[in-house]
Amino acid sequence: MRYSAYSIFKQALSGNRMWKPAWREPQPKPHYDVIIVGGGGHGLATAYYLAKEFGITNVAVLEKGYLGSGNVGRNTTIIRSNYLLEGNNPFYEFSLKLWEGLERDFNYNAMVSQRGMLNLFHSDGQRDAYARKGNGMRLHGVDAELLDREQVRRKAPYLNFDHARFPIMGALYQKRAGTVRHDAVAWGYGRGADARGVDLIQHCEVTGIRRENGLVVGVETTRGFIGCNKLALAAAGNTSTVGRMADLELPIESHVLQAFVSEGLKPVVDHVITYGAGHFYISQSDKGGLVFGAEIDFYSSYAQRGNLATVEHTMEEGVSLIPGLSRAKVLRSWGGVMDMSMDGSPIIDRTPIDNLYLNCGWCYGGFKATPASGFCFAHLIAKNETHHVSRFMRLDRFERGYTIDEAGRGPQPNLH
Amino acid sequence: MASLITCPHCGTRPKEEFSIRGAAAPKRPSPTAKDEAWHRYVYVRDNPKGRILEYWHHVAGCRRFLVVERDNLTHEVFGVTDAAELERAGADE
Amino acid sequence: MTSYRLGSGGAINRGQSLTFTFDGRSYKGFDGDTLASALLANDQMLMARSFKYHRPRGVVTAGSAEPNALMTIGSGARAEPNARATTVELYNGLAAASQNRWPSLKHDFGAVNDLFSPFLGAGFYYKTFMWPGVLWEKLYEPLIRRAAGLGKATMQADPDRYEKSWAHCDLLVIGAGPTGLMAALAAGRAGVRVILADEGFRFGGSLLSESAAVGGRPAAEFTADVVEELASLSNVTLMPRTTVFGWYDDMVFGAVERVQKHVASPSPDLPMERLWRIVAKRAILATGAEERPLVFGGNDKPGVMTAGAARTYLNRYGVAVGGKVAVFTNGGSGYRTAADLLAKGVDVTAIIDARPQSADPVPDGLRIIRNGSVIATKGRHRIEGLIAERSGFEEVIGCDALAMSGGWSPIVHLMCQRGAKPVWSDEKQAFLAPDVGGAFVAAGAAAGQTSLGECLTDGAAKAHAALEALGRLVGSLETPEVEGEYDPSFAPLWYVPGARDKAFVDFQNDVHVGDLGLAQREGFRHIEHTKRYTTAGMATDQGKLGNVNTAGIVAGMRGVSPAEIGTTTFRPFYTPVSFGALAGTARAEHAAPVRTSPLHGWARKNGATFVESGLWYRSAWFPREGEKTWRESVDREVLNVRTHAGLCDVSTLGKIEIFGPGAAEFLDRIYSNSFLKLPVGRARYGLMLREDGIVFDDGTVSRLSENQYVMTTTTAFAAEVLAHLEFSAQTFWPELDVRFVSSTDQWAQMSLAGPKARIIMSRVVQDDISDAAFPYLAAREVTLRSGLKARLFRISFSGELAYELAVPAGYGEAVADAIMNAGREEGICAYGVEALNVLRVEKGHVTHSELDGRTTADDVGFGRMMAMQKPDFIGKRLSMRFGLTAADRLQLVGLKPVEADKEIKAGAHLLKDGAKPSLANDQGFVSSACFSPTLGHFIALGMLKSGRERIGERVMVWDGLRGSEVLSEVCPPVFVDPENSKLHL
Repeated sequence: MRYSAYSIFKQALSGNRMWKPAWREPQPKPHYDVIIVGGGGHGLATAYYLAKEFGITNVAVLEKGYLGSGNVGRNTTIIRSNYLLEGNNPFYEFSLKLWEGLERDFNYNAMVSQRGMLNLFHSDGQRDAYARKGNGMRLHGVDAELLDREQVRRKAPYLNFDHARFPIMGALYQKRAGTVRHDAVAWGYGRGADARGVDLIQHCEVTGIRRENGLVVGVETTRGFIGCNKLALAAAGNTSTVGRMADLELPIESHVLQAFVSEGLKPVVDHVITYGAGHFYISQSDKGGLVFGAEIDFYSSYAQRGNLATVEHTMEEGVSLIPGLSRAKVLRSWGGVMDMSMDGSPIIDRTPIDNLYLNCGWCYGGFKATPASGFCFAHLIAKNETHHVSRFMRLDRFERGYTIDEAGRGPQPNLH
Repeated sequence: MASLITCPHCGTRPKEEFSIRGAAAPKRPSPTAKDEAWHRYVYVRDNPKGRILEYWHHVAGCRRFLVVERDNLTHEVFGVTDAAELERAGADE
Repeated sequence: MTSYRLGSGGAINRGQSLTFTFDGRSYKGFDGDTLASALLANDQMLMARSFKYHRPRGVVTAGSAEPNALMTIGSGARAEPNARATTVELYNGLAAASQNRWPSLKHDFGAVNDLFSPFLGAGFYYKTFMWPGVLWEKLYEPLIRRAAGLGKATMQADPDRYEKSWAHCDLLVIGAGPTGLMAALAAGRAGVRVILADEGFRFGGSLLSESAAVGGRPAAEFTADVVEELASLSNVTLMPRTTVFGWYDDMVFGAVERVQKHVASPSPDLPMERLWRIVAKRAILATGAEERPLVFGGNDKPGVMTAGAARTYLNRYGVAVGGKVAVFTNGGSGYRTAADLLAKGVDVTAIIDARPQSADPVPDGLRIIRNGSVIATKGRHRIEGLIAERSGFEEVIGCDALAMSGGWSPIVHLMCQRGAKPVWSDEKQAFLAPDVGGAFVAAGAAAGQTSLGECLTDGAAKAHAALEALGRLVGSLETPEVEGEYDPSFAPLWYVPGARDKAFVDFQNDVHVGDLGLAQREGFRHIEHTKRYTTAGMATDQGKLGNVNTAGIVAGMRGVSPAEIGTTTFRPFYTPVSFGALAGTARAEHAAPVRTSPLHGWARKNGATFVESGLWYRSAWFPREGEKTWRESVDREVLNVRTHAGLCDVSTLGKIEIFGPGAAEFLDRIYSNSFLKLPVGRARYGLMLREDGIVFDDGTVSRLSENQYVMTTTTAFAAEVLAHLEFSAQTFWPELDVRFVSSTDQWAQMSLAGPKARIIMSRVVQDDISDAAFPYLAAREVTLRSGLKARLFRISFSGELAYELAVPAGYGEAVADAIMNAGREEGICAYGVEALNVLRVEKGHVTHSELDGRTTADDVGFGRMMAMQKPDFIGKRLSMRFGLTAADRLQLVGLKPVEADKEIKAGAHLLKDGAKPSLANDQGFVSSACFSPTLGHFIALGMLKSGRERIGERVMVWDGLRGSEVLSEVCPPVFVDPENSKLHL
């Protein structure tokens, strides 16, 4: 069923009783060409592009919970491509371009909102580092501007310009960055994949990976054995657990990142803003909630919840940056399990097992990557070769000494 | 965890006094170990769901590195030991 | 008159009248009122507009679950949006304003949305606004955004203070209703440390609304007695106005105390709110139960509220919510409300009871419609009547308020915040608290107890169990008798069929039964999907009233038990908490601690301009009269150092004292270069790697005696380096006997640099510091002419003849003054970190601008320093990886513009001359750049692909971001004195 203003009108006249399900609820078939483990954003996007771009439709997505129950429904919805390193920048720009055409592509309004992003800087050194990044973006044709203090003030007059411990000196600005309604991304990809024949199988947990002669032949699940020609892992925070079923050794540690939403407020924050003197970042949704976060809790965790010290620290940074927030109220906090990699960058690659494919290591930046991650992973699965924008995101880069260390913090995952 | 940690030297203290270094299971290989061992030590993490060992540094206290044994799903803490003591005990075995 | 104040009764102080305003109109209330009760007393039932359809709304509750009556309190910088009128304590001068309406609450243009509601069902926005694409950002989204949100954030700095505190106790009791009071009393009498916290401003909870007698007295009197006894116990801490909002690991609870929210003129000596982290050995959840609204057509009309709310307004605040009240119920609560209303002389038109029969006592003359239901309500801004239906017959019943009761849901929120899910009980027809271990238990209504007597008993019993676990049980508390109890049981009724209007489950977000049905039809069947698709439970009340009904209704639609549907995830915060309370004192200039050098005073009196550097304030430059720009000052300082001498504060560099017989071996393993043979009395530059072979930090180490060293680190990495040393010593090599202590704050350290440095220093130091006696890299203790012991290091960052002198911090300013005096004739000047940076760029020294966490020692020209013959040092093995030794890595070079007047800026990229600007042609970047007054033009350090092989080549310094291209020549990174002749003067 195609969605449009007309369909809404027509359905309304019949009391909205004739809407069709967004996806089927199929029983698993005994065998698929491709099984994707993980029905989050990346897994669903992979299925969608496999079907749409590469014509592979005999595909199942296995999800242990409900569709989109992982980080795609538990993030701060930011999209951007302001990356420094050659290993990252073209990939995220590819992703941003896909975001820009996504809604008409999958006929679902995910409310891609290119509100512009301000990365504030507070010292000469930080300005130089942002200038380096911005110039790198420009070299790749990505929009970037370096704003001075007054230009920032005009865009966001409510920031703390007068009593800041770390004065705002300016910002790196990416106009095309913004936010997206996160759940709708999972639903749009899921619906699009389903319409093209992909089986989305919810409440189906993978409990084992069956191998014969060094190749994967299928997966054991809570709903029985399901065979496949190719197996693709997109399990985010649970990557290590699933990877262990195939004896993969992975450079991944799971951490919890908290995020927050305020009560609904009339729009005041028009951009996505990051605080250069800390880790705080904020935007405001189309429903009015301020959506924000800061640092991970630093300890390894699979718990999807964090602790109070990190909550307090986040609010300290928030009020320091935007003093007018003080009397507004925080409504809800939540935690997502991040597959932190050892250099802070993701992995989209084959594995030592020929028909097992890996997509992981998204740290706290997986949401913005969803379209490109799905596209590149589908490309890899379909053609057995790496898409050129993800060519640096290899599993063996650590061993070879080609890490993509955007933060320059070395092999300690909680510092990225 | 992670609201309170009982330091074997300083007693029960809030999380804010500690800084977390990371997994304590990987052990630094001998200088002559194979490349693969070094790669594993620096980059590969078991990352189990459940009971783990983790280095916590009591930066605002005794400045000792502690090995915290805890469950990373329930956040229950089972024990906290001084890292050097654990290391020495391990060397004695 | 519809709603009105009764002539007597209620826990309000009728002797103290308070004046307040709502939407500009002035009203009167009493001390003890909430804003909501005072508005009702003034017959102001219309209080708000809903979010999506802008429907008129009044209160549904009398407590913190209120979804409708949200208002902005106060104005200007003190304005607080989205305050629940039902919990706002009335004070004199309170100014409240309604929200989300234009132009007025009564005439709200946004209500037109209600007419279009068939097109605006759940998730409609996902299906449209896609064509043409450009209109989304230009038209559709701005329209949607204009409708967003409820209240307005002030966006002005908060004039009030906030603070944080820790509290510790044996037993935390959350909620001071009948259960909590009995629990606290039992534990208090046993002598353990008790904290009793309640979100309300008066202890008692439901007892304050109770018409039954407890212990032979009116409930209010009983409550007062218990509170008085608790207040008299020194081991009991009473925390009214304190909401426990979160349960975190290790029995740490987050709570917020509203210290002055209820005060007309807040005292500057007290915080507005105070955040508590309560560490409890045991805790009892005594949060009571929430009364469920019934889901029937038009159930959102102002005047429709829960029966319990109507009873609270009546008994606690002395307010009749209507002159003619109808009751719609599926249990005893409706009957109790009707009886209490009648007892206070309020007309009750009928009880519509959804059940075919019940044993509830019927007050004389009251009409009961059994097996009946309400299918619609009449009226616009207030209910004016309802349509009741029984066995197919409809009847219009006049009323100006409707009290509804759909049964009770235990408030289990806090117990479900750490992963455990509430458990459905068929017997109680409710989700009950999960078992989360013995330390935290639910009691009373929160545990599914229904009657007042059971709650009192259970509160004491749970406290006894906690005391037993604590080993502190002494005797037991007798539970008082309750007289005039009613039976609060109910029959399940999730949805009232036959609705003529929308039947809401989430009032604030306007989610009605039809939306839930649509979600099921469209496949959003998991309760999380239902929630996210319809937004049920996502409003500011987080579904306190609606979530259980949603689960029940969805269960009904699917023909399964609510147990199978379950609940969505409970997460902090129980009720919304202000940013201010959570931020506390850390805001504005106090966002982070300030570190100042021991030489801060010296720098200030020499006229320094300071700059933030991490937590430090460092002297950046020292402007003199007539100097118009910072560059003029910096150029002068640089030239002065190169020709005469300058004194710079370098105290912020990290200083670590290292002791022990294992120190030499330890340092040899920590640094990539050799340290075993460093002689006593000498300093050495050292390069520290991370284990992955990348440069971590650099600095110097001086051996002061056989087993004593002092290490310097960069300012930024001081703490990380110390942690790294401690980690390495304690976990890698505990067998090495070595100890560390940071002495950064203990020493004032100053760098005296320039050709005149020795002459000046020798006037201050007693010891012989001639080149022969104190050569380059000498480092030892000296005696100043004043007799003070100090440390002198002959090290140089500027490339000039230079000394660093360290004296105990307290002497810093005096010694710096002495050096300035000693150097006056030699033309000494104070110089800051800007000049220091120019000096080091001229000399080609690297900082973290070059060592950015991705560079190897070889990248910056220190490849040969790495002592690969050492058996082990940190970073050795992984530094040999292919990618870290590849020939095409970026390497440190110098850059100078071909045209001498061109400016190079750090952050520019490097392209081959003539190459098109593209990522493929990117050859590196400018890491540091400055104007060199010594050379008279800009110079820069850069990282260039295979840079060392390309000396003499011309590259384009491309700065598209700032619109400049500067053709530059690649040169060695050392611009001044490449032979190091000045160092050995």
